[in-house]
Amino acid sequence: MSAASYLVADGLRVALGGRQVVHDVSLALPRGHLAALVGPNGAGKTSLLRALAGLVPAQGRVMLGGDDMGGLAARERARRFAYLPQGHVVHWPLPVRDIVALGRYPHGATDPARLGRRDTEAVERAMRAADVVAFADRPVTALSGGERSRVALARMLAVEAPVVLADEPVASLDPYHQIEVLALLQRTARAGAVVIVVTHDLGLAARFADRVLVLEAGRLVGDDVPGVALGPAPLAEVFRVGAYRSGHEGQPVIVPWSAV
Amino acid sequence: MDGTDAATTAGTTGVRLRVLERLPVLLLGSLVVLLLLLSLGIGPVRVSPGAVLAALAGGGTEETRIIVQEIRLPRAILAAAVGASLGLSGAALQGLLRNPLAAPELFGAPQAAALGAVLVIATGLADVLSFVLPIAAIAAAFVSVFALLVVAGRNASLLLLILSGLALSSLAGAGTALTMNLAPNPFAALEISFWLLGSLEDRSLRHVMLALPFIVAGAAVLASQRHAFRPLGLGEEAAASLGVDVARTRLLVILGVALGVGGSVAVSGTIGFIGLIGPHLVRPLVGYDPARLMLPSALGGAALLLSADIAVRLLPATTSVRVGVLTALIGVPFFLWLILRERRALGGGLG
Repeated sequence: MSAASYLVADGLRVALGGRQVVHDVSLALPRGHLAALVGPNGAGKTSLLRALAGLVPAQGRVMLGGDDMGGLAARERARRFAYLPQGHVVHWPLPVRDIVALGRYPHGATDPARLGRRDTEAVERAMRAADVVAFADRPVTALSGGERSRVALARMLAVEAPVVLADEPVASLDPYHQIEVLALLQRTARAGAVVIVVTHDLGLAARFADRVLVLEAGRLVGDDVPGVALGPAPLAEVFRVGAYRSGHEGQPVIVPWSAV
Repeated sequence: MDGTDAATTAGTTGVRLRVLERLPVLLLGSLVVLLLLLSLGIGPVRVSPGAVLAALAGGGTEETRIIVQEIRLPRAILAAAVGASLGLSGAALQGLLRNPLAAPELFGAPQAAALGAVLVIATGLADVLSFVLPIAAIAAAFVSVFALLVVAGRNASLLLLILSGLALSSLAGAGTALTMNLAPNPFAALEISFWLLGSLEDRSLRHVMLALPFIVAGAAVLASQRHAFRPLGLGEEAAASLGVDVARTRLLVILGVALGVGGSVAVSGTIGFIGLIGPHLVRPLVGYDPARLMLPSALGGAALLLSADIAVRLLPATTSVRVGVLTALIGVPFFLWLILRERRALGGGLG
């Protein structure tokens, strides 16, 4: 692994209910990179993400900047790994600002009405970055799906963690919001974070990712730039699709076209 | 400079929130004090609020002192403490399960606590060691809420929780009926059945001392977990990713509810629906914040049970109506109305 690698996983294995869902995954990602984690349904993408975030018991090692994350207290780990689960549910009609402020929970700010200066500033930065300032005082349950997902992103960004793990952040969003969300995650990466995004959209993965991690049946079978990791052979073998390929503005264009 | 501006704006919001946050607590607190005074004045002998205060301070006639301090004060304290405990338990369960229809009485906790207590009464153990009564009630309540969450599973829908709660409370009820059925002494069975209806009549300082330590301990445990309820509102996974120890919170909430409900049931019998109605009435006052809901829910629960206990003393009936019967009479229609309102969410639990 190179010196630039910041997030390193070594021999990661996850078993759920006696079934091995992640097999011996090793990866190394530098800061500033956005990686797309792709794979067919049931490949173990969410489990891998959870294992990196320390949300499921896993074997193997996760290292961050050379430090072993094993045995780290939950709150310590939560400061380093911002995690966005699927669905973006909020069960109470709380104002957007209070939801975003939950991103400061790992930093000890457990009450959104009593944030310190640093926490308040982080919340404001996150709300500006995700463009939710306009409805900061509205109850989150009154927002549209696109607005809610931006609030969820703002909540995750407010953690200001060096690692950002987002599980299907663009599922069920219209194209405009899909591009907006991924552009925001790309900016977060450029600002110095390691960003891993789980997605089923190979086109968006090719457009925005610096690296594409391909997971199949719990094994990492591809880890490369989009043009290679999503080349004709892996697409046919892993995803069982053929694709239309081209290029636009210097980025690969991949449109899944036919079932193999 | 942008950041400073933003910080100032948010700072003002914080101050505004702090004032708004105190207001419901102040209002509800005053209401509880008022109802306490009223409760001390009402009964066969009416005592004016002024005379109540004088008697509490050790003044007035000896007769009013005895009535206020020895007969009515334990009853009023228990009404406030039991009501507060039920309100707090409801708010905590709602926060833990992220659902406004969660309540100890819908999950069979009081019914299980009653079974625990009845077993102890029937075996005569309670006469020998009075502290066994609340401990048995607490243990039974703990087992039932724990079993409920195990049976319903993680991220259970409300429908699953209520079905499991129904099953558990039916089981506890059957166990209680069996105990009474097998009771050697018909008077003991009669005594148990009246006790089960839930009442605060003729309670002494001894009852207060028996229940209060457990109720206070339960409240402290629940209050310590309140900040976890906000992140839990994003779902268990998101909460865990923010550093909440979800399993620990769940266990402590079950323990807190068991301590509060068990301690209450041990001295008052089963008094239902305060834990459902209390939090519901005060929720809009705190902006639906599950952590800020806790203290107002306790005060709301105390005010509700004090009012109900005053009402049963005002009802013109030859036999006194049990307060547990009254809260159920008010609570069940309220519950039905809540179901009607939350119908879509409940139907969603099916899918």
